[in-house]
Amino acid sequence: MQTAKVIGNVVSTKKDPSMIGIKLLVIQPINSKYEEIGKPLVAVDTFGAGPGDVVFYAKSREGAQELNVEMAPVDAGVVGIIDSIHREDE
Amino acid sequence: MYIAKVVANVVSTQKSHKVLGKKILIVQPLDAEGNPFGDEVTALDGVGAGIGDIVIALGEGWSARTVADVPENSPVEVVIAGIIDFVDTDYGRLTSDGKLLK
Repeated sequence: MQTAKVIGNVVSTKKDPSMIGIKLLVIQPINSKYEEIGKPLVAVDTFGAGPGDVVFYAKSREGAQELNVEMAPVDAGVVGIIDSIHREDE
Repeated sequence: MYIAKVVANVVSTQKSHKVLGKKILIVQPLDAEGNPFGDEVTALDGVGAGIGDIVIALGEGWSARTVADVPENSPVEVVIAGIIDFVDTDYGRLTSDGKLLK
């Protein structure tokens, strides 16, 4: 799992039937200092997160577990919206 | 599994109901000399670890979920499975506070 900042929405009309009605976000992985790490990716969201929110997400098959869809074509999904991150030096 | 240091606590009220009541931590993977490598990882705590602890992080889904006592279909693939007292290697002893004794 990793923390990420939501930076955009994805709109897709023609897609796999199992993904109809499922919200897709563009997220940028960040570390505990809110510094960007790596490249942005697309993740499914069932929590109503939007641009500006900080979330944590799961990769691979676990990312699809919140959808209740058998074998959804999904490899990253939001698991929760983060209120705050507390480091030792803060 | 890998060695990691807990660097931050995550507070999240709106999250998957399958992980409600579970602590979420951010860990930094460490090599055998205690140097950080790679990107920080967010993990579910299965053992009561806290900031500053050196821990064993599990990065594989099924075994991770058995440790954290969450449902089999939980959206979790990284779990903290143990708090490390020390690690002995050819480089020396990595202590519980992340220091390397030669």
